[in-house]
Amino acid sequence: MTTVEDSVRTMTAPAGSPRPSALERVLRAREISIVLAIALLVLVTAVGHPSFVKSQSIRDILLGTAIMVVLAVGQTIVVVTRNIDLSVGSVLGLAAFAAGTLLMDHPGTPIIIAVLVGMAVGAGCGLVNGLLVRFGDVPALVVTLGTLYVYRGVAYLWAGGQQINADELPDGFLSFGTSTILGVPYLALIAVAVLVAAGIVLRSYPAGRQLYALGSSPDGARLAGIPIGRRTLAAFLASGTLAGLAGVLFAARFGTVDAAAGTGYELNVVAAVVVGGVAIFGGSGTVWGAALGALLLTTIGSALPVLGVDQFWQQAIVGALILLAIGIDRLIAARVAAALKKRGSHVR
Amino acid sequence: MSADGNRPAGTRLAGANPAGIAAGAALPPGGDARPRGAAGRGARLGRLASWDLGVVVLAVLTIVVASGTVENFSTSRNFTFLVLDLLPIALIALPMTFVIVTGEIDLSVASTLGLSSATMGYLWNQGLTIETIIPLCVVLGAVLGAVNGLFVTVFRLPSLAVTIGTMALFRGLALVVLGDTAVADFPARYTDWVTGTIGGSAVPNVLIPLAVLAALFGVVLHATPVGRWSFAAGASEHAARFAGIRVGRLKFWLYVVTGAVAGLAGVLWTLRYSSARADNGAGLELAVVAAVLLGGVSIFGGRGTLPGVVGGVVLLAALQNALRLSDVSNESLNVVTGALLVVSVLVPNLIRRTRSAFARTRHRPAPLSPPPLPGS
Amino acid sequence: MSAEHAPLLAVRDVSKSFGAVAAVRDVSFPLYAGEAHALVGENGAGKSTIVKMLAGVHRPDTGAIELDGVPLDLRSPADARAAGIAVIYQEPTLFPDLSVAENIAMANPPRGRLRTIDRGRQLRDAEALFRRLGVMIDPARPARGLSIADQQVVEIAKALSADARVLVMDEPTAALSAVEVERLFTVARSLRDRGAAILFISHRFDEITSLCQRVTVMRDGRHVSTDPLAGLTVDDLVRRMVGRDLSTLYPERTTTPGDVVLEVDGLRRDGFFRDVSFQVRAGEIVALAGLVGSGRSEVAQAIFGVDPRDAGTVRVHGRPLRAGSPRAAMAAGLALVPEDRRLQGLVMDASISRNVTLPRSGTLARLGLLFGGSERRAAAEWTARLQTKYGRLADAVSTLSGGNQQKVVLAKWLSTLPRVLMVDEPTRGIDIGTKAEVHRLMSGLAEDGVAVLMVSSELPEVLGLADRVLVMREGRLVAELDRAQATEESVMFAAVGQTRAASAQSAASSGSDDSPAGSARTADKDRNASADRSAGTNAGTDRKTGAGAGVEVAL
Repeated sequence: MTTVEDSVRTMTAPAGSPRPSALERVLRAREISIVLAIALLVLVTAVGHPSFVKSQSIRDILLGTAIMVVLAVGQTIVVVTRNIDLSVGSVLGLAAFAAGTLLMDHPGTPIIIAVLVGMAVGAGCGLVNGLLVRFGDVPALVVTLGTLYVYRGVAYLWAGGQQINADELPDGFLSFGTSTILGVPYLALIAVAVLVAAGIVLRSYPAGRQLYALGSSPDGARLAGIPIGRRTLAAFLASGTLAGLAGVLFAARFGTVDAAAGTGYELNVVAAVVVGGVAIFGGSGTVWGAALGALLLTTIGSALPVLGVDQFWQQAIVGALILLAIGIDRLIAARVAAALKKRGSHVR
Repeated sequence: MSADGNRPAGTRLAGANPAGIAAGAALPPGGDARPRGAAGRGARLGRLASWDLGVVVLAVLTIVVASGTVENFSTSRNFTFLVLDLLPIALIALPMTFVIVTGEIDLSVASTLGLSSATMGYLWNQGLTIETIIPLCVVLGAVLGAVNGLFVTVFRLPSLAVTIGTMALFRGLALVVLGDTAVADFPARYTDWVTGTIGGSAVPNVLIPLAVLAALFGVVLHATPVGRWSFAAGASEHAARFAGIRVGRLKFWLYVVTGAVAGLAGVLWTLRYSSARADNGAGLELAVVAAVLLGGVSIFGGRGTLPGVVGGVVLLAALQNALRLSDVSNESLNVVTGALLVVSVLVPNLIRRTRSAFARTRHRPAPLSPPPLPGS
Repeated sequence: MSAEHAPLLAVRDVSKSFGAVAAVRDVSFPLYAGEAHALVGENGAGKSTIVKMLAGVHRPDTGAIELDGVPLDLRSPADARAAGIAVIYQEPTLFPDLSVAENIAMANPPRGRLRTIDRGRQLRDAEALFRRLGVMIDPARPARGLSIADQQVVEIAKALSADARVLVMDEPTAALSAVEVERLFTVARSLRDRGAAILFISHRFDEITSLCQRVTVMRDGRHVSTDPLAGLTVDDLVRRMVGRDLSTLYPERTTTPGDVVLEVDGLRRDGFFRDVSFQVRAGEIVALAGLVGSGRSEVAQAIFGVDPRDAGTVRVHGRPLRAGSPRAAMAAGLALVPEDRRLQGLVMDASISRNVTLPRSGTLARLGLLFGGSERRAAAEWTARLQTKYGRLADAVSTLSGGNQQKVVLAKWLSTLPRVLMVDEPTRGIDIGTKAEVHRLMSGLAEDGVAVLMVSSELPEVLGLADRVLVMREGRLVAELDRAQATEESVMFAAVGQTRAASAQSAASSGSDDSPAGSARTADKDRNASADRSAGTNAGTDRKTGAGAGVEVAL
């Protein structure tokens, strides 16, 4: 056996400190690439069909995005803690029906009360999810898959096949759903307000950072003394409350509410969040990315019929985008790990 | 060669031991362990089986109570319906048990069923014979399962995220294939067989293949190397790989089988209702996962039994059937299914927690008496 | 430095039981400001339980922890931190997705306008801390990808930022290289010299003598002694830890190596090791030595096929072995007892009999079926041969002690009747008695003609058992020493890449290693001074050579 001396390598071998912002650059790249994708999509669609950029269809996109953004913000808050909330579509339906029923029965109710009632219903649902996850040690997937059906079932039991129509709702509420300020719909403004508030809390307040810490390393969070239970509960509460708000916005926008409102939204929301670069196993991602993801999905939804693509493709595209997004995440993670470690990642 | 490594090692140890440090502490080899092992096996079986057994008892209880209280529940006609209703859930729950035991999940099964059904309708419209279509749909299911398996095992993506994605993708493709139309004119020979019973009795024809498959999956899970590997892979993937188990390959094929069975379930669903639709079986993944977890399979993998899962399926189906007969709407039934899903994970957790809390309080008064275990 | 004033922190008569097991019983010891205090004992002596009580993870059943004479009620890790107790675990507990600066400031971030986190100050604070510690870590980078050593440093910075007065270090050096340990100690010493009390847990006596002034010995959950370290020999400590005199006798072996069984040629795995070539003959025990991280385990895993290989061939009995297939390796007669028993060796929740028969479930099946009987018989036979102590074969393997768990892993692989047995850290974390049994077992297997490849960090084990020693450094094989050539010095020199001439300075200290007592008595000041003089890797050599003596009694 020969003795191999390679002292130069020995001296330089220790793990070099990689460029600091590798991860951040990648994350930013995700947001930029979504913006580019949206721009490209709008451009391509608008070239063939100029009507696509008329204010009416833009307004429709913004309205649709607004509801999705509110849901996506809530979902992001939950997902960064390494949990998931699949019940948001059902919570939306339940809250929409609650707010609609209230306004139908008491037409004089101020809109703000209806909004608060919807949010309270959502908060209640979120609280149940959070309590089960926190005190029951039940994985969030199981809890919210279960409550997805329970809340929907409750909506059906309550509605009993009844539908609330636009002519049964006060005009003020309906105009709240469609009117605009300087061409920007109210609903979009509300969504932006929610987005900005959540963005600031998640980025710049200890409670927000603790949510990321929790998702990044649950064991570490426990040892660091982070109140895991309270934060988890708060995340689900936030998601439920925002889904409740989205429900009221839904009722205001469409004017027609039945027990099926928001069915299947959970898939689109998860897609928006994942496409927006929020890691499905927690710890990273921003509400801004999730909002862009929601905008992309809504734009696709609006562009398909204009482009003459069968509307039935939409759901398939949502699914494909989820797979694409997590695939890209995986690829990036592997690259980053390789760059950070210089030692090669464990790929079979 | 093999005897070389084998026998002398044992004799060597026995020979060397008297000089060893731990000689005094060592048990006489084997002798002491065996009788205790036999006694303990019963106790352990009892402990292990308690949840599964409870589910089976609960299922029987539900049937008994429903027979007494729900009108028309105990009719032979209703029995046929009950079996037909639980057929798709039971079918898919069999491979799903394996998937969950290995620590993964497949939420796309209902969409696979839907795509299989839609494809069946499409191909039937294209004029293919039913004899060609059925195997094609099963193969299609296997391919869809392979897509899941590919993402999970080759690209190593979390199965939850992957199958949420394919759940949307496959259902979307089903819509693309068939739109919102329905295909209904399937040959009566086949639809009649699926809904029919054996020689005019109450036992549906489909119960036979279902029972055969259940027995097959049960034997594979509990009495073959594949079953052992599945449990090991779910309990500790690392240890399984170090033991020479090809975990990736195992999981890939489990997804393929799950897809194939879901494809078959799509065929049976279509024939039973004589209607191929893109939204067939929507939401069925919930019932399947609920039944499997209800049957005592751990969502974290590594634990569960197939008889327990069968009990879970029967309990779920009997409950739904009884409630439906009591004029509870389909949508409201989802409340029950969803709640059962949560409860089936919640209750064992709570039991475990109270049990360990009880153990703590019971032992606390005498902390000094027992000798400490080595290495604990 | 010896402080006879009131202790900063006192552990008073604490007891803690888990179920029926009393982990700690009536333990008391003081921690003084400006002093590093070693806590030693065998595995299972209760050290970790003490740490967890100080960390606020467990609450003592009886007794109390007093800070400045005032009893503390630590209900959570947050309470402990608020009381000024910082704990550094063997496995760092950083948040990989967050930046280093954020990790440091997580508990109490600097606030700016509207109580938001002042990110600029957060970064500057972290930079200032790292300057104080004399290390270069970019505070803006994510914690993901930091080496374990750097993560430990970040943990220390965390403790510093919290103005921790008590720093508890639970085996922080287990995964560190010599240079990294020295770096960590430099930081710890500066903290200690600023008046912090340090509780240091380690199995390596040279580290203890290098850092600590006082030592508490625990055995079976009880307090044995607390004394100034000066004046104690390693023998004294070991006797107290074990409660009996230590005889580390390695079995006498007369080997007549047979044919070459395992041939490794030009093996390479990018990023881990390269150009690894060696042979193992029937009846031979070959040790693969080297520092942690030098690529030893990776070589064994690549041979076995659990890890891929990028180049090179492996032959067993002259026949080439397929890469990346443990199955092919097993069919060729290879077995690997892996490094991490709990993660790689065992399915902890599964029964003893399932664990023992897992690699053989295919061959045990009759007509493809397995009904438990054959598994139970095989498991009973092999656990009996290895004199495994257990209640029932159906018990989960997690209920066994570490030593018996290791026997289950050995039984599992011996039952495959291997012709080549690779054993990675065969005696890590098991008690002395079982250790000796394992040594005898390996020696016996070799005499029966099995080719044994042993990866070990314990030099006495390497020297006592191996016929040949292969030394790895930085992913390469750098030396092959036969039994006559292999000494603590020659192996360590090869492992750290120093020639004898270059480290003349450490000769003095390694000379004292011949009598462990001398090493233990080495005054702390001298130790510091010598570390200061010999900068960089040289200091590492010094320390690691000492480790040779230390590991003999590492438990």
